[in-house]
Order: sequence, then structure tokens, then C-alpha cells
Amino acid sequence: MTPWEEAHMERDRLIGAMESILGSEGVISEREQLRSYECDGLMNYRVVPDLVVLPETAEHVQRIVKTCFEEGIPFVARGSGTGLSGGALPVESGVLIVLSRMRKILEVDIPNQRVVVEPGVINVWVSQEVADEGYYYAPDPASQIVSSIGGNLAENSGGVHCLKYGFTTNHVMGAEVVLPDGSVVHIGGGRSPDAPGYDLLGAFVGSEGTLGIATKITLRIVRKPESVRTLLAAFKDTEEAGEAVSGIIGEGIVPAAIEMMDALTIEAVEVAVSPGFPQAGAVLIVELDGPEAEVADQFERVIKICEEAGASEIRVAEDEEERALFWKGRKAAFGAMGRIANDYYVQDSVVPRTELGPVLKKISELSEKHGLRVANVFHAGDGNLHPLVLYDNDAPGEAERAEELAGEIVFACLEHGGSLTGEHGIGEDKKKYMPKMFTTDDMNVMQLLRCAFDPHQISNPGKIFPTPRLCGERPGPFRMHPLQKAGIVEQF
Amino acid sequence: MQTKNIPLEELKSVVGEKHFREATAEDAVEGLEPSFVVEPGSVEETSELMRLAARDGLVVAPRGGGTKMHLGDPPRELDLIVSTTRMDEVIEYVPGDQVVRVQSGIKLEDVQEHLSGSNQMLAVDPPERGATVGGVVAANASGPRRFRYGTIRDLIIGITVVLHDGTVAKAGSKVVKNVAGYDLSKLFTGSLGTLGIIATANFRLHPIPEASRTVAVEVESPQAAGEAAQALMRSQVEPTSVELDWSEENRLLTVLVESIPSGVEAKAETASFLLRPFGEVRELSDEEQPGPPPGEVAVKITAPPAELADVLGTILAAAERRDLAHPNITGHAASGVTFVGLSGEEEASAHFVNEMREIWVRRGGSVTLQRAPLALKNRVGTWDNGGDYLGLIRRVKEKFDPRGGLNPGRFVGGI
Repeated sequence: MTPWEEAHMERDRLIGAMESILGSEGVISEREQLRSYECDGLMNYRVVPDLVVLPETAEHVQRIVKTCFEEGIPFVARGSGTGLSGGALPVESGVLIVLSRMRKILEVDIPNQRVVVEPGVINVWVSQEVADEGYYYAPDPASQIVSSIGGNLAENSGGVHCLKYGFTTNHVMGAEVVLPDGSVVHIGGGRSPDAPGYDLLGAFVGSEGTLGIATKITLRIVRKPESVRTLLAAFKDTEEAGEAVSGIIGEGIVPAAIEMMDALTIEAVEVAVSPGFPQAGAVLIVELDGPEAEVADQFERVIKICEEAGASEIRVAEDEEERALFWKGRKAAFGAMGRIANDYYVQDSVVPRTELGPVLKKISELSEKHGLRVANVFHAGDGNLHPLVLYDNDAPGEAERAEELAGEIVFACLEHGGSLTGEHGIGEDKKKYMPKMFTTDDMNVMQLLRCAFDPHQISNPGKIFPTPRLCGERPGPFRMHPLQKAGIVEQF
Repeated sequence: MQTKNIPLEELKSVVGEKHFREATAEDAVEGLEPSFVVEPGSVEETSELMRLAARDGLVVAPRGGGTKMHLGDPPRELDLIVSTTRMDEVIEYVPGDQVVRVQSGIKLEDVQEHLSGSNQMLAVDPPERGATVGGVVAANASGPRRFRYGTIRDLIIGITVVLHDGTVAKAGSKVVKNVAGYDLSKLFTGSLGTLGIIATANFRLHPIPEASRTVAVEVESPQAAGEAAQALMRSQVEPTSVELDWSEENRLLTVLVESIPSGVEAKAETASFLLRPFGEVRELSDEEQPGPPPGEVAVKITAPPAELADVLGTILAAAERRDLAHPNITGHAASGVTFVGLSGEEEASAHFVNEMREIWVRRGGSVTLQRAPLALKNRVGTWDNGGDYLGLIRRVKEKFDPRGGLNPGRFVGGI
């Protein structure tokens, strides 16, 4: 038998094994269909998976993973595929486990303020499910109408309201996890707090699919606030708007959200969704929520602070409709870039809030130096920048320049004491930058955790860390896919 | 008795003669006396100490303020106590960023004092005075404020640790929002010194509320306590804490509300209104607020918060059956945490703990001995058996501390 025939036989055997778990409709093996899974929300990276499987139950996931473990085949879990760091990028000769058929809300427990969901459940469904009871699910990434809870958990997603309410990690209270060897564990207390032992759940949330697959997730829901007030303030430039932000925080006010958009973003958003934002150098959206008496008083103080910082216009949302319009403008920002540029490259760096001014200045210098426009839209309250580098992929050399510029922006943020990523994750995209933030020892120690969960490194291998660390295990079941071994993997 | 070769001169030269001493009976950890106590003054010194300890196979117990040394089973072995109390500096504090970086040996109250000048706080309030920040993290200590702010795992944003062999590693950062790399800060939270020594930690901060009020309701029955807690949980009052205090003298459910001066009145009024159906409502002054439960034995029971009435009911029934008169019950009523202070025969306490485990571990909760005489610990163990994740916990321990050089035997599953 030739290597080619042998490889095909092994692949057919794997397809057979998966079909025996899922039926033929749960397995995708045709090249053309596989293509639709070659990337996630970050389209710069593409890898066609060997096989896509669509489990419908936790038991399916367990059996799939067990099969992969026994065969030594790497796997990658994928939710809705909206991630922006290539975290769900398939691995060559690997299986892509797509969780979008696991979309049941399993339990709603209002007295304990918990909802139990399957990983494919869409973020916003959780809030919709409990809205009538007066509750909602607080983490609200801009992608919340499409992104899945499982994906949110893997990336520790943020959102515009995390300044006051925290991130996904503060709202996931328990998970049933299929470990990379196919065994199942229940981590975090779920309804009961302080489960004895290490905080495995805290370590698992945000691990970008490298420690296993969550098949059942217990979320905390939050009581809707009595009052919500939202305003939009226009400023001469980002510096002036930044002063208002510092003023608000300095007063001891914790707003539910403070978002900033610069002139270029406002222009793009106006073309895309016409929210009627004022023409200005920078716009702030500030939202307060909580008990009525508290919000009313603090809202007046916020208005005063904005005025003192030099706001040329302040609009207070008069009703839910106007509030929704403000947020529509903000949440459309990324997509809107398509209206003013052919392509854009988004970064997710974070700086200490007090460093926002100098960093924005540096970004505008870098933008000038490289001759490319940079739009800034960001979570001003927590210093999470989303600089959007605009370029034209068809113009020779621009894509490379854009990436270089984006990289220099990241380095500038790190120099000012920040982080590579606030909510998008490291994934495939930013792993090359990890040594700029962490020492080799830092990364080796992090990977001790990986070795405890996944000694053979078959769960989303190659992500987060630039240099995978060997776990010192005896040679495990992991082996190269026969097609790869035969050097003919590109043939199908 | 000294069976191991302890490199006295080398240890002394790392920390200086002054910061190395022979241990005394007071340094014993659950009955086991170490040989020496060393007090490193920096991350580098801590690392060098651990390198020597690994080389010579010494077993180490990290110690901060020493307020939680009673938590956990007795260590299997102990040579050195590494005390962090000389590492007591605030490394960096920028009020505008609402972030503080500290060395682990600084006392929590000293951090709060440092922050209060800018009207900010680290929003944890464990009852022990004198606890260090590193100890609070390692023991996952919490207090009433956890209902509003979460526990220390929700506030820690970065960490530097020294592993058993002296490896120094950091994770997280000094910005509140960060998802780069694994969240080792959370892994080390509550790890009870079994994974490494916490050397520095970074935290997000909160503004100190301008005004506060405490409202309490006198409840007649466990049912009333449970229903009152539910009423607060379902309200839009945003309470800071909801506490239970149930003893021979008191049967109180207490709610703390905080806000700006104009907001706090409204909140207190709403809270009073909500509590009125469950008993007599009154405001409490600061002095009247309950402290931690007295008693030789303290048992921590966690359960879903909506089952508070059941938790109370089962505690009272079991205590009565075992002739444990008047248990002092306190707890974070809306968070699902209840503490029982017992005084009585060891036999009775052991039966009580086993009975609680029988009921609440099965219902998804946990039952832990927070404080107990050694004999009782040896009999029933500090921890439950853990869940199906016990194997995973053991693998984590093996990876981080393969030689078992840090607090062996103290934590869940004997790790």
C-alpha cells in the first residue's frame, strides 16, 4: 500500500468512527464544505481542517475527544466563529469540533441567580431568557448577538459594561468540561460558592480552548438596575474627552460604561448606520445604572464634569430608543470601517487609564510615520484601546505596513505598562508578541497548567504560546497525521 | 530533632543573620514544629531560599500574618517557615488607574490605610486582623462585602510567584482588563501555599462609598431568614452585604447598603420596607455588628443561597440531636456561605460534620473545618473529598511542586 492509500484509509476510518458517534449528517469531510470553517472572525489566517464534526450533546463531545485522544489527533473547538485572534483557527490534519448545535438553555434558577446553558447558546439569548424576571447576563461583547457562551468563556470576553460588572470570568460560576483525554470534570461550584481545591474554573476561563471543552456552563445573572441613564458628549479632541473620563473616575463614580470614539470613527459610523452623532474630534458615551436616587445625582455630576472638560455638546438619551441609537453607533464601529477603507487591522491593547493621553499621541505619530490612517474606538474607562489600522490590501506593500504599524502600537502600549490584549485573546494572532510581555519563565510556568490538563497537547495546539513546552511525559498517543507524515497533506 | 542537612550558613547569607532564627513552639503548624524561620526581604531572596530548599530537599510552609495557619490538615513534613512579613511595601499606586501593586507581606489594613487617602479601597473584608495580602490571596479569605464585590479572585489582576525550586514567574498585568496568557492569579488564589510562594500581587480597586447604613430584621424562623434574604437578592437595592447572625441572643438578618448620601437614605428605606414582612426591623450602629463566630470548632458550609432556610434547619436539627447546645451561626446569607461555631464533645462535633457532609456535599455544596482541634481534624479531615476534579487537582500540584516541597498534606485530597 502506498503512503497515499494508507493515509486515505486512516482518514476514512476516522470519518467512520465519527459517523458512528454522530451519524453522517454530523460529520463534514468534503473539501468544499470544509472551506467554510477555514478561519474565524480574523480572516488573515486560514487553515482548512481535516474534518469538521457537529456534536449535539455533551456525550457526543466526550466520545469525539476520546477518539481524538486515542488516535493522537489534535482538535480545535469552535463556537460561532466570531473570535478576533484566530483562537478557533483549525489545525492542519486536525478535527474541528463545532459546538453550534448545542444550543439549549438547560436551566433557569432565579432564586439562585443562575442559568445553565450549553456552549453554543448565543450570548444575548441568556438575557432574553430571563428578561421577564427582571434579570440579565452582564458580559456584553459587541458580538453578543452572534457569539456563543462557550466562545465567550474560552476568550474571557469583555464588553462595554465590564467596567462596573466585570468580565466573563466573574460571571461563569461552574462548568462541565471534557478534558483532552476524554474524561469529564465539573469545576467551580455552580450554585454553591467556594468549591474546595484550586480555582480550576478561574484558570480554565480565558484559556482559549487549550485546556478542554466546556459542555455545560453555569452563569450568574444580574438583577436589572432600577435606573439607566446614558449621555453622549462631544469634545474638541480625544485629549479633552480623556480629561472628562479622568474627572468622572476621580469623583469616585463607577459608570456602567464609558466609551470613546475619535473623529475618524465617528465619520465611518455616520456613513454606516447614521446614528446622528455630532461632528466632533471625539465623542464619549457615558452610561450610569443603579438605584434611581444614586444614578440621578451622579448623572448630574457627570454632565458637569463633561461641561468643565469643554464638551461642545451633551445629549442625554430621552428614552430607550435614543439610548439604543447611541449604542448602535458604538457597536457598529468595527464594521463601519469597511465604509471608509478597503481593509482594516484591529488591535486590542490595554494601557493604564492614566496613560491614555500619551499613548494616543504616540499612535497618531506612528500613523503619520507609516502614512496610514488609524481610527480609535475604545473602552475609555478601563484603558482598552481598539486602534483600527486602515489600509488597502490591493495597494502594494500596504498590508505589511499596516501589520508593522499595528505591532508598533502594541509595543507602545506595553511600554506604558499595558497588555497585549484586553478581550480578544492571544490566539494565533498575537502569540508572536507574548515574549514582549512575559519572560520565558513566565510562559513556562503558565504551560505547567497546560501540561496538567493536556499533557499531549492535542487541545487547540499551537495557540497562545510562541514556543510550546514539552510536558516531560512519556511519548503519548500523539502522532502526526499519516497524510502529513507522507508529505501529501496539501493534496486534498 | 534535625534529620536533614539544613544549610544554615547559606540560608543566613541569603537573608542576613537577623532574619534567620530557630523555630519555637509558637511556629508549629497544627502540632508540627519546623526547624527554622526565615524572613526574605525580596523576591530574589525568596527565590534563592527556595533554590536551596529544593537542592537539599527541605519542606517549606509559607507564612504571612499567620492568621490562617489553622486552616488545613496538618502538614506531612515541615523544615522551614518562609515568612513574607518583611516584604511589606506598596510597589506602585496610581489612584487614577484604580490599581495597586503590593508585596505580599504587607498587611491588608496597611494597604487600606495607604489607599484611603485617595478614597479608594481593596474591596475585601476578611474578619481577621493582621492578615497579609498574600495570606488573604492564598487562603481565599473573604468577608461580607463579597456579595457586592466578589472575592479576592475577582479583584486580583496580576501576581508574581516563586515556585518550589526558586523559579520566579509572573502572570496577569497591572491593567484591569487583560486576557494575555493563563490566569495564574486565580489558580494561586486559595491554593494555600501548596503551589508556590506569592511574592507580589496586583489588584483592581474601588472607590470608598460615601455613606452607609445597616438595617437588620429580627427573624423568627429559618424560613423567615431564607425569605428575607431572597427579598433582598431579588430587589434593585444593590446591597453591599447580607449577613446572618443566629445565636442564643440574636436572630438577625442584616443588610449593609452603601451609596452617596442622598442615595443611601433611599436604599435603607427600601431595604427596611422589604424586610418588614419578616420581623421587626431596626437600624444597627457600627458597634452592634456581629463578628466571627466564637467556639473552638468553626465549620464552613457552602450551599446554593436560596437554600438558606434548609441550611439553617439542618444545622439546628443536627446540633440538637448531638447535644451541641446553641451553635453560633453566622454567614454571608445571599452568597451561600454559612459558618457554624460549635462547643461540645469531639464525638458530637465529628458526627455533626459528617452529617452536614452527608447532606450538603450531595446537594452540590461543601463542608470545611475552618478551625478545629487536631483530634477532630484527624478524625474527619478539614476538606471534603472534592469532586470528580480531584485527579486534575493532583496533576496541577504535581506539575507545580513535583517534589512536594510546599505545605504537603495540608490541602484537599492530601496534596
